[in-house]
Order: sequence, then C-alpha cells, then structure tokens
Amino acid sequence: MSSAVAVPAAHRRLYRATRGRALGGVAAGLAEHLGISPVVLRVAFAALTLAGGAGVVMYAAFWVFVPQHDDAGGEGNEGRGQLLALGAIAVGGLLLLSHLGVVAASSTLLPVALALAGLALVWRQADESQRSRWRASATGPRGLTRTVAGAALLAAGLAGFLATRGQLGEARQGLVFTVVVVVGLAVLTAPFWLRLTGDLRDERRERIRSQERAEVAAHVHDSVLQTLTLIQKAADDPREVSRLARSQERELRSWLYRPPGDAGGQFAAALEQAAVEVEETHRVAVDVVVVGDRAADSRGGAVVAAAREAMVNAAKHSGADRVQVYAEVEPTRLVVFVRDRGTGFDPALVPADRFGLAQSVIGRMERNGGSAEVRSAPGEGTEVRLEAPHE
Amino acid sequence: MSDSTSSETKGPRVVLVDDHRLFRSGVRAELGDAVDVVGEAETVQEAVALIRRTLPDVVLLDVHMPDGGGQAVLAGVGGDAPSTRFLALSVSDAAEDVIGVIRAGARGYVTKSISGADLADAVRRVAEGDAVFSPRLAGFVLDAFSTAGDAPVADEELDLLTAREQEVMRLIARGYAYKEVAKELFISGKTVETHVSSVLRKLQLSNRRELTRWATARRLI
Repeated sequence: MSSAVAVPAAHRRLYRATRGRALGGVAAGLAEHLGISPVVLRVAFAALTLAGGAGVVMYAAFWVFVPQHDDAGGEGNEGRGQLLALGAIAVGGLLLLSHLGVVAASSTLLPVALALAGLALVWRQADESQRSRWRASATGPRGLTRTVAGAALLAAGLAGFLATRGQLGEARQGLVFTVVVVVGLAVLTAPFWLRLTGDLRDERRERIRSQERAEVAAHVHDSVLQTLTLIQKAADDPREVSRLARSQERELRSWLYRPPGDAGGQFAAALEQAAVEVEETHRVAVDVVVVGDRAADSRGGAVVAAAREAMVNAAKHSGADRVQVYAEVEPTRLVVFVRDRGTGFDPALVPADRFGLAQSVIGRMERNGGSAEVRSAPGEGTEVRLEAPHE
Repeated sequence: MSDSTSSETKGPRVVLVDDHRLFRSGVRAELGDAVDVVGEAETVQEAVALIRRTLPDVVLLDVHMPDGGGQAVLAGVGGDAPSTRFLALSVSDAAEDVIGVIRAGARGYVTKSISGADLADAVRRVAEGDAVFSPRLAGFVLDAFSTAGDAPVADEELDLLTAREQEVMRLIARGYAYKEVAKELFISGKTVETHVSSVLRKLQLSNRRELTRWATARRLI
C-alpha cells in the first residue's frame, strides 16, 4: 500500500486523515486534499446536517468508502478527546434539532441520536482495529469495550425507537422488530465487510503480481542469465559470442512479443524456426520478414524445406554474415526470397557442389508443383526465389 | 547529395535519445565522424528540452523508454522544431510500437542491430528529407496494406499502395538497398525515394481501419 508514495503528485488519492481528526478523519482528510481548513468542512457538514440531514449521510458515505491513510504515528492525543467530541456532537445535534423543532417529537429524537452516536463509535472502532492490524499490535480490551459500547448504544437507540414507534399493532411488532434488528446488524457490520472485500481484492492483486514476477524471474534465469554466463566463458570467440547473443535475443523476443496461443503450426512460424536452426548451426544472422500467414500444409512444408536449403547454401558458400529471408503469402501462392550479399557466382559457370544444392532446391520445388530460380553474379550476392501455388 | 544549405564537411547535427547510456555511447562511437552529435538525452523531458534548445537536423529516437518513449518525445516537441527530423531506432519490433512511432511523425525506423555505416547512411538520408525503411518496416507496411478487398476503402489516395509502391516495398523487404531497388526497377534513385516518402505519408495519414487493428493484433517478432 505504498502507492501514496510511488504515485506522482498528479494522482494524489483522497484519504481519511489519522492525524488531527475529530471523528472519522473525513473532514481533516478532505481538507488536506483540497488544501483548505478542516474547520470550514466541519461547519459545512454540520450545516448540511441541520438542513435536512444530508450532512450525516455524506459524512457516513465518505467514512465508509474513503480508505484511511495508513501512515504510522498518527495516534496523537486522540482517544478521550475524540470520545468527548463524539458526545458533544451527539448532544449538540440533539439540542439544536429540538430547539429548531425540526423533529417534532423529542421522544424519537433521543433514540435516533443515541443510535447515530453508537454507530459512529463502532465504525470508528473498525478503523482502529484495521490500523492496529497494519502495525501488528493487538487490539486490546479497550478496543473491545468501545465496540461493545457502540453496539449497546445502537441497540438502545433502536429499542427506544421501537418503544416510541412500534406500538402500532401488536401483530406487526414481531416483524418490525426483526426487520429493525437485521437492518441494524447490516449497518453495524457494513464497514467490516466493505473493508474485508477491499482487503481481499488487494491481496488477490498482490498475489497475481508476485506470481507474474516469479514467472519472469524463472524465465530470465533459465535463458538470459545462462546465456550471459556462456558469453563470459566464450569471451575470446567473437563469432560464438554473437551467435549466443543472437539466439538469446530471438528467444527473448518471441517470448515477449509472440501473441499467446500462437504456438506455431503456421507457415510463418515454420519458416522462422528453420531460420533459427540455420543460424544456430552455421553461425550467420538470418533475418526473416513474413507478410501474411496461413496454416502449414505439406506444400508449405516443402517450401520451408527448400528455403532452408537455400539459407544453408548462402551460409556455407557466400561468405556473407547475414542472410535476408522474405516470404509473402499471397491469395493464390507462396513466394519466398532468400538473399545474401556475399561473393555470388556466375550461374553459367556453376561449380558442381553449388549446382547440386541448387538442383535439390529446384527439384524439390518442381516435385511440389512450384518453381525455383537462382539469380547471382560474381560480387553481387545471390538471391533464390521460390514459388508454389497453394494446395 | 547536392550541397544542401550551409552544412559543411561536418555532417548532420544529431541528438541521441535513449535511456541506456551504454547504448548511446555505442551509437556515438559507431557513427564516428559521419555526423555531429550535439547532445544526448535519456528521458522524455530531457529530450524535449534538448531538441528545443539545439534544433538538430536529426533525432535518433528510442521507441521504448520508461516514461513514454519516442511517441511522447514527438508529441512533446510538437511544432517547435519544424526542421528537425526523427529516426526511430529500436530493439522492439512489435508492430504497434513501430507503426505508432511512425504515425506520431518519425521519418523512418531501423533496428538497433543495424551496422554503423548503414546507420550513418540512414541518418544522412533522413536529414535530406527522405524516409528510411528497414526490411521489417517494409514487411509491416505490406502486411497492413495488403488485406486487399475485404475492407471498404474510404480514401483511394491514402488507403491503397500503388503497384509501384508495392514493388518498391517488396524489394526493400527482400533486403535491397535503395540503389539496388532503382537498378532492379529501371528507375532513378530519386524516384525510389519519392515512392518511399509517399508510402510513409500514407502510413502516417491513412485512416485505414486495418492499420491500427492490424498493428495491435499482430505483435510480430
């Protein structure tokens, strides 16, 4: 819950204050958030309460839904002072209301005020126990007494309410009593279960986060750290170092960017895999660019195999350290280009071994209803073009 | 390469923006005397301030930085450096990043594995107002614009590549340099550059639905 520290000032959250609060810390917290004096807000809440009771509802809503700031050291000289404030508010509110005649019967007024005071005390206590859990210190018997006292006050208030109101019909009394008790219980425990669900959500989020972290750590260990160790051992062999770095890069990239569920079985994935294998065994860099994709079939497999031969050919004979592969899945056919910027050769004067390889590429393509073409000239590199219609 | 404005033998003035110091010094060393590096920045804020102050010819821009990256720099500079051109330089080949930074205004995109000589050439090209496409970016463009027929085209001019532009993109994707493209298609180097710039403009301005959808859906390696 260090978000208050980590998040920049622009995303400041509203918290209830634990320092300098009179009741639940709503006014003090709001005041700090808005940068005005808490007295103004307290007066405003009181005024709204007197003018129809909206103040109490608002205050209660803030109390329940705005989380408490959990910085330690906010204890101060609360306790008795707050109890006093509570009492004063209850009594003051009571007197004012009866003076103004807002509520006609003072007989209902007393129990309502009593119930409100009890509620405030219990909710206040819920905050207290929450905070003490953060600090891992026991709630203590005082906390318990306060909760019990609050509950008792609420019960007394409700009972008084019933006593003044509930004599309407003997038959309905049982029902009304039950409803009132249930409502009372729900209201009483509201802050507890609201916080509980909040805590559960936080905990779940935290657990997911730590699982992800563990997974990333495991992957980094198995791949990146291992490769770095190998690179240190092979420091005097630049080709080996660059081969290791490149294969690691490829692995990491596919882990980072490959969409989940794309496990291969596609033409593009097969071609990329062939490139990786050539790269690993022949120590050249093979860049693959594929446009479009389709499910791998046997003809696609043959094209990949022929492309692989062409890559091996380029790696072995061209002397270039980089091979460029471009494949496009067109609506009716597959086209693949394998290009190097190596020594090249004159196709008219083909050395036997070269010719053999070209034949294996060309032969394979023709057996599969496609074609292959080799373009090269001394000093200009080589490009092999493969083409096959879809099955 | 006709002598443009007042730049002497010094080469274009360049600002490097990357959050890895090691990488910046690597690029600086590789570029050597080919360019005049006038400053380095490692955060978006630093970069925006530096670019406003120095008004360089070219900014080499990392796509991925902790505080927003290349797109944030482009947005931050806005119209304050009209003569400055941006070249994205990144290890991230994720399509959404590449397309994103281009659409935010970069004049090209190259991967960090590019050789020093090629990078210097790309910087010079961008400084002269051309667009720089790596094979991978060309592949992205072809892929994004090639879902032919199955979507309504709102703007013929912006939403479709001409046959020639497709040919040029294909050759670049196959690993051809601009000069080789020109030779292959029997056109001048200037014409190749015109085609590439036109594709860049379409890439930046087209409202083609696939472009965004494609880029987010296909997170290519």
